[in-house]
Amino acid sequence: MARTKIVVDPITRIEGHLRIEAQAENGKIAKAWASSTQFRGIEIIMQGRDPRDAWAFTQRICGVCTVVHAVASCRAVEDALNIRIPANANTIRNLVHGMQFIQDHVIHFYHLHALDWVDVTSALRADPAAAARVGRTLSPWPNNGEAEMRAVQERLKKFVGSGQLGIFANGYWGHPAYKLPPEVNLLAVAHYLEALDWQRDVIRLHTIFGGKNPHPNFLVGGMASAINLDSGATINAARIADIAGMIRRSREFVEQVYWPDLVAIAGFYKDWAGIGGGVPNFLACGEFPEADIRDYDKLYFPRGVILDKDLSKVHEYDHRKVQEYIHSSWYEYPGANQDVGLHPYEGETIPKYTGPKPPWTYLQDQEKYTWMKAPRYEERPMQVGPLARMLVAYASGHKDARELVGEALGKLNVGPAALFSTLGRTAARGIETVLLARKMEQWLGDLNGRIRNGDTATFTRDKWDPSSWPKSAEGYGFLDAPRGALGHWVQIENGAIKRYQAVVPSTWNCSPRDAKGQEGPYEAALQDNHPLVDPERPLEILRTIHSFDPCMACGVHVLDAEGREVVEVKVQ
Amino acid sequence: MLNPSAFAWSESESLGQHLESRGVSRRDFIAFCTEMAVILGLGSAAAPRVVKALQSTRRPTVIWLQLQECTGCVESVLRTSEPTIGDLLLDVVSLDFNDTLMAAAGGAAERAMHTSMQANKGKYLLVVTGSVPLKEDGIYTTIGGRTAKAMLEEAAEGCAAILALGACAHFGSVQAARPNPTGAVGVRDVIKNKPIVNIAGCPPIGDVVTACVVHYLTYGRLPAVDGEGRPLFAYGKRIHDQCSRRAHFDAGQYVTAFDDEAARKGWCLYEVGCKGPATFSPCPIFQWNTRTSWPIGAGHPCIGCTEPYFWDTMTPFYGRLPNAGGFPVEQRVDMIGAALAVGAAAGVAAHGAATVLTQIRRRKATNQVPETSGGEGEDHGQN
Repeated sequence: MARTKIVVDPITRIEGHLRIEAQAENGKIAKAWASSTQFRGIEIIMQGRDPRDAWAFTQRICGVCTVVHAVASCRAVEDALNIRIPANANTIRNLVHGMQFIQDHVIHFYHLHALDWVDVTSALRADPAAAARVGRTLSPWPNNGEAEMRAVQERLKKFVGSGQLGIFANGYWGHPAYKLPPEVNLLAVAHYLEALDWQRDVIRLHTIFGGKNPHPNFLVGGMASAINLDSGATINAARIADIAGMIRRSREFVEQVYWPDLVAIAGFYKDWAGIGGGVPNFLACGEFPEADIRDYDKLYFPRGVILDKDLSKVHEYDHRKVQEYIHSSWYEYPGANQDVGLHPYEGETIPKYTGPKPPWTYLQDQEKYTWMKAPRYEERPMQVGPLARMLVAYASGHKDARELVGEALGKLNVGPAALFSTLGRTAARGIETVLLARKMEQWLGDLNGRIRNGDTATFTRDKWDPSSWPKSAEGYGFLDAPRGALGHWVQIENGAIKRYQAVVPSTWNCSPRDAKGQEGPYEAALQDNHPLVDPERPLEILRTIHSFDPCMACGVHVLDAEGREVVEVKVQ
Repeated sequence: MLNPSAFAWSESESLGQHLESRGVSRRDFIAFCTEMAVILGLGSAAAPRVVKALQSTRRPTVIWLQLQECTGCVESVLRTSEPTIGDLLLDVVSLDFNDTLMAAAGGAAERAMHTSMQANKGKYLLVVTGSVPLKEDGIYTTIGGRTAKAMLEEAAEGCAAILALGACAHFGSVQAARPNPTGAVGVRDVIKNKPIVNIAGCPPIGDVVTACVVHYLTYGRLPAVDGEGRPLFAYGKRIHDQCSRRAHFDAGQYVTAFDDEAARKGWCLYEVGCKGPATFSPCPIFQWNTRTSWPIGAGHPCIGCTEPYFWDTMTPFYGRLPNAGGFPVEQRVDMIGAALAVGAAAGVAAHGAATVLTQIRRRKATNQVPETSGGEGEDHGQN
């Protein structure tokens, strides 16, 4: 049987512009290519700017992960200038980043990923009373009652009956790969809607500390939101009480809705624990410092590297072993050797488009096919993200992670090998969300404890003025973001940014083939025992790609080649 | 929960009937319309007109294109905050294409868009987030093998009007910052024959987007705009003139370092770089995320993100505005007191104020990028 060429572009329900091409044969995917089709060049733009402004520029890499680049950037500059931020600022950043994780993962599950598993139209046939019974067996969530289920179904009936399907138009409804009973579909649709309300509430934590969301404000040296219990214009008891409520509601929703839904739905798709494993190496740079960021052994999510699915050994993570390659990417390196790998401190990138002139039909016949570079760790492709973090935590003996991973495996009645899969990535995201939803209360308690003892400092002032900086400095800021390990590297000279480089989770996961022919994680996952029943309706591709939670705007970046002329046009 | 698109509004039904059938009482509906009338600057007396318009309006189609961008604007609209009733407003449109939320992908998604564009030709509202990269024939952003420019031109062809949402669609935003490697521009630089409203900001406040749509549905036209194409009801005033910390500016009470005693009292952030005096924005009035707070309210200076080319004209973000001073557009008596109070910064006085006034007037009158006038710590270039 001949191979069928498949293109899925746009991949929807992600951040940004992603194109997947594949070749299918006998109901399986034989080969796959992942192409990022947007380039912005933000790191070129960073050159010559005030390092204290960098967080705002890099934050705009992504409005979904709206916290992560800003904090990574602050950490890079603070590393370069040897700034130690106050404990309160660290805790506030943990709270802000923790809520980013929780909100982002829930949105991902319900609004970006769920429709790969949940057939909205099937919910029309559900018995609301039976759906409510299912809901009660899953959790004590008060909105799982029969009346609520019936109301959602009535709205849905009216919606479908109108013929105007809006965002649900042309979905792959009725596809044979949908396995949930109508009642579970109805329950999931109800929670899809409820989660939209919920996320708008809990994310207000960002607004209190950062003034707005998306794109809250940050500050090199700490946080700008001062604490004063006796002022109405600062963080005070009223603000803290509001935050405590959000933390409580986030935990309730995660424990009573998201996590039970995920486990219940996974139970119907256990075959996906044997599909889409792909790259067997995992990297976590660690996150949520309980003390100074430099104390690597005091990160709530530990750092480490796992090779070849070997959970008996966690290798130490060393950022100096990261290199980027451009074999399949629309860039060129100066010098003869285009297949060399460069560390971000040395990285050079010159965009050089060699693809077909748009509009095009296929990229898979091209040697270069993406704006994404290929980061490798000791020349190996690596998966990053929730699964990498939970595997590293599990293999490191992390108590909370081991308990919850064990609980999930037990409920699904599968062994740890099931984690290396499309389902594993989706489950790991839920596991770490539960861990963080429980952890937030402790961080808020830490903050309150220090305030009680009179420590209200949120900013370290001594290195703010550029006159206190060395003539040249370089720094590395790491952060394990919702989508995986993130690094920012900055070089500062005479008070201005000389070079800036970011290696981003989606760069790791969406990386293309390297010179050795090693596929990136998206590609490898699609080539790993991966079904595709109907090439016209590529539902299975969406499942595996969405299990990575792609964030394309994050993934593509470029560092200006040193000495390259930057053309400046003055406005007249 | 009321999802923007999950609840049908059939062709044969008015919005009023639709809301009623969904359990929204007439009283709530009228309260909502009144609030909208006030937000839109029409005064509560105009509420019956809004009620009438919304009741008789059919559910219009919206096509939402996401071009060269970060998805922050979609996220911001997801946060639209008027409790439950704000969501109703989004519910009144039929969102037929939106990358981030739609179920279909690839060819199925594109077919959905084209079907809707044909069925609603000449009538649909086009929402655009993201900029259009023009360099190298547009290869820096492609969707389905086609360039962002081609996508925009096709979608604009049959639309009734365009809402350019956010700084990228407005002027190109961060990717258009010096040296603008991809040649990113805003919608207005590509589409010349359609009405365009720039809902400025990085991102804009979701509630402002909501209010613009209400305006469009109610009056059948887009709201009045300034020279930048920004709706006057939201962007007609400077942050500085509406700021909750303004009294401290006038009294000469400034934060001079983050977390100093002044910061802990909530004083004015002008000395640590606030761009409020040069920024037209709804932030102080609408606020963010269910009116929880706003940037200055949370202790960080405004970075001027509703202004064109702010990445170049407002940086360094922590540099004190050299020439903005504290002088309102309408020169008021208190500018004298303010200038005196500034003390060390008194040098900015008359010349700086005059320059800003000139800039603002020119921009409003001609739709041009403001001329930057030089001064300490300012970055001027962009292309």
